[in-house]
Amino acid sequence: MNSKSSSAPAAAPATNAITSPYIRIENVTKRFGSFVAVDNVSLDIQRNEFFALLGASGCGKSTLLRMLAGLETPTEGRILIDGQDMTHVPPYERPVNMMFQSYALFPHMTVADNVAFGLKQDRMPADQIKRRVAEMLELVQLERFATRKPHQLSGGQRQRVALARSLAKHPKLLLLDEPLAALDKKLREQTQFELMNIQEEIGITFIVVTHDQEEAMTLATRIAVMNNGVILQIGSPTEVYEFPGNRFVADFLGSINLFEGVVESIDGPLVVKTEAGPMMELEARGEVSAGQKVAVAVRPEKIAIGKERPSQSMNACHGQVVEIAYQGSVSIYRVKLDGGYMARVNAQNETRSARRVIDWDDEVWLSWEREAGVLLVDEA
Amino acid sequence: MKNGRFGISGRTLAVAAPYLWLLVFFLAPFAIVLKLSFAEPLIAQPPYSAVFEWTGGLLPRFTGNFENYAFLLSDDLYINAYLNSIQIALFSTLLCLAIGYPMAYGIARAPGAWRNALLMLVILPFWTSFLIRVYAWIGILKNNGILNNVLIGLGIIDEPLDILHNHFSVYLGIVYSYLPFMILPLYANLARMDESLLEAAADLGCRPWKTFVSVTLPLSLPGIVAGSMLVFIPAVGEFVIPELLGGPDTLMIGKILWNEFFQNRDWPVASAVAIAMLVLLVIPIVIFQHYQGKEAGDVK
Amino acid sequence: MNRGVSWFNVTMLILGFVFLYAPIALLILFSFNAGKLVSVWSGFSTKWYGELLYNEQILQAAWVSLKIASINATAATILGTLTAFALNRFGRFRGRTLFTGMATAPLVMPDVITGLATLLLFVGIGWARGMSTITIAHITFSLAFVAVIVRARIASLDMSLEEAAMDLGARPLKTFIVIVVPLLAPALVSGWLLAFTLSLDDLVIASFVAGPGASTLPMVVFSKVRLGVSPEINALGTIIVLVVTICIVIAATVFQRQERRRAIDDQMAQRG
Ligand SMILES: Nc1ncnc2c1ncn2[C@@H]1O[C@H](COP(=O)(O)OP(=O)(O)O)[C@@H](O)[C@H]1O
Ligand SMILES: [Mg+2]
Repeated sequence: MNSKSSSAPAAAPATNAITSPYIRIENVTKRFGSFVAVDNVSLDIQRNEFFALLGASGCGKSTLLRMLAGLETPTEGRILIDGQDMTHVPPYERPVNMMFQSYALFPHMTVADNVAFGLKQDRMPADQIKRRVAEMLELVQLERFATRKPHQLSGGQRQRVALARSLAKHPKLLLLDEPLAALDKKLREQTQFELMNIQEEIGITFIVVTHDQEEAMTLATRIAVMNNGVILQIGSPTEVYEFPGNRFVADFLGSINLFEGVVESIDGPLVVKTEAGPMMELEARGEVSAGQKVAVAVRPEKIAIGKERPSQSMNACHGQVVEIAYQGSVSIYRVKLDGGYMARVNAQNETRSARRVIDWDDEVWLSWEREAGVLLVDEA
Repeated sequence: MKNGRFGISGRTLAVAAPYLWLLVFFLAPFAIVLKLSFAEPLIAQPPYSAVFEWTGGLLPRFTGNFENYAFLLSDDLYINAYLNSIQIALFSTLLCLAIGYPMAYGIARAPGAWRNALLMLVILPFWTSFLIRVYAWIGILKNNGILNNVLIGLGIIDEPLDILHNHFSVYLGIVYSYLPFMILPLYANLARMDESLLEAAADLGCRPWKTFVSVTLPLSLPGIVAGSMLVFIPAVGEFVIPELLGGPDTLMIGKILWNEFFQNRDWPVASAVAIAMLVLLVIPIVIFQHYQGKEAGDVK
Repeated sequence: MNRGVSWFNVTMLILGFVFLYAPIALLILFSFNAGKLVSVWSGFSTKWYGELLYNEQILQAAWVSLKIASINATAATILGTLTAFALNRFGRFRGRTLFTGMATAPLVMPDVITGLATLLLFVGIGWARGMSTITIAHITFSLAFVAVIVRARIASLDMSLEEAAMDLGARPLKTFIVIVVPLLAPALVSGWLLAFTLSLDDLVIASFVAGPGASTLPMVVFSKVRLGVSPEINALGTIIVLVVTICIVIAATVFQRQERRRAIDDQMAQRG
């Protein structure tokens, strides 16, 4: 395999990229003293992917990213980029650049000097540097601000300078540590789309670290969900949301109702007898045996709420409305089921009416389709 | 970064230069002082006897003795000087605290525009000559000095007061010279204190004085300790102030050490005095380092 | 919050500053006294400044002190900065505790002990005493003060700036020179100035380690003061106070102007 192949930015994914991934993280562990920050992680990332590492604060995302940048050395394991072992290569010799969470803009240099910094380290001729800097500032729409110092910029502008600086060297891989966390909500949403456009335009691999599940799902083509230094699930946004592999992933991405129970029958559709009482029916995925302890997970937006008793006998629960939160486009109901379980239901507010059909303390029925439930077999 | 060939040698070099400097010019001298405190004075160059003798074996033979220490213990002069120094340093520290705390508090709570100017006024004397500031007091406190002249001129006293060359003038000199050292760490601490804590206490019904005693004071303890150590430790060994402002009966160990060295040319006894002083100061120095490390962002 | 400042605080502040400044004011006043006494006013005169200008001994000593102070300040700034980095940035290394101790003890160590100890070292190794020994002794305690100032600044530096520089291809040494030194500049300047004044101010340590040849300004002043007060010393003190005040006021003005520029910049950034 040709590991020294040109890093032409727009190169389409080669066919052999499937067999040998662009970035390979092999059994990487990082310990700080006795504390394990990253625990035996293995991960393959393909060329031109927009990959997201998603997890709660402190779960080891940044540490993993910093090992890719060369700012930390793995305690165990190897990191390969484009077939080359990079585990012990110092950051200044890696074809990788990083956009820091704090942006880390050099306060004593102008915007243009910040963007030119990496190019100067490569001893690029001055006229080329000038051209490249202009190109980068155009990309992030900051041409007018070239001579300003970082503290003369707003938060959003600083974020763009940081992006331009980390892209200026045309790295093979761009690492972004919580790139949008410091922006307010409106600006964050707008910037998400810009980031996606830029990635498409220049066509290099992006790895983004975030604790915001919506951000990860919007940006990324694939997501790895992390907890306590371990990767729990990798998949496309739809996969991890619709088919969570375990309780943590199910709960971390949006909210979910978890019904504990025991497998009743595996002939035909799977049937689970829940602790709360009602029988639940779902599509079988994976192997289970009758009598096994499991949980059925149902997203709140997949549940219908009504006062009438539904016709089906499975996937139907009776309860009483405890709380209603009106959020504009949706209303969130908290319903106390007869078995004591507190269920959550999101209902679209389709009509505009001042009077609610369902009110506090009303007796209601919850029901859902067989396809809506997900079977979780990991221990609680 | 940590693994680069260059990184390792660069880092090692960066630590080694100041490390070796301090080992050779700060730590090693103390070992020599310790050694010398067991020697006997000689009229020679250098003026002391050998403490270790090479007799051919692996280790040198110890030929020193403890006579210098026995001498210090047998003479009231040294014991009194020792106790006197502790007493003067202790009360001076308390006086500095009593004057410095309200000042630091006032500066920390002053309106923003004033704060820097007031702080500058505290720092300014600290940058001007210590010796000359002590000297200024001689002209004020002398028998026919400014203060006595003014008091006599106003008819408040008939005879000039004896206020120079005694304990009073030494206290005055130490408090005057070391006050900025007390104010600065206290100010740094008080300025950092979260004002909402005081507001919360007030909100919960605490009266201002009670708030001060139960919130401000305990939280400013690190500043109090740092400031007190910065005054107490050097004050114990102070030489210039007792020499210029003190009288013949103002015995302090700093002055004793100086006299042993420069007048009696008894280097071994001077060394023994230095060691005795160090023993007294070890605990305060360790306390100071503990708080200093915290302030300086030590990795724990 | 003005609620916290009571009449008691204001009174203490006023009294405190009177206490700190009255002696200096009187010192300056009597430097312009025509008579030889520094406590009885006998008319305005600048003759003591003239005498000072012709006092070979004082001028000589001042020159020696200035030379020592500038070499000391430069060396102490370099060594103190390295110390600060070793302590704040290099994590744990063997002998770190001892190093911390050696770098903080000089801040409080009584001068008589340091002076005696350092002298014994020079005698022990047979180093000829003079300007070089004074300078070395001064560097040793000055570097500890520089380290305190630089450490405070390092602690407030965002470490990711250095990581960003290395990430963009700068080697460690280049990163230090291009990124760290410019950001530390204010601390390095104040460290240098502090080391300079500490050296100019030291009497006790210099007296111990100076040979018969070298006399610093404080040593000469001390020998004169011991013989009694003299308006010449008042004149010298006045000059020192004046120079220091001018330096500090200039530094403060520059600093405040920068602050104000920053405030304007920030407003600019808000508007975008
Ligand atoms: N240099 C370090 N020394 C000790 N512990 C560290 C260090 N860096 C990170 N950690 C610890 O490792 C864990 C993971 O940190 P990090 O990767 O920054 O988390 P995340 O980015 O997911 O919030 C945290 O508990 C953090 O305290
Ligand atoms: Mg992080």
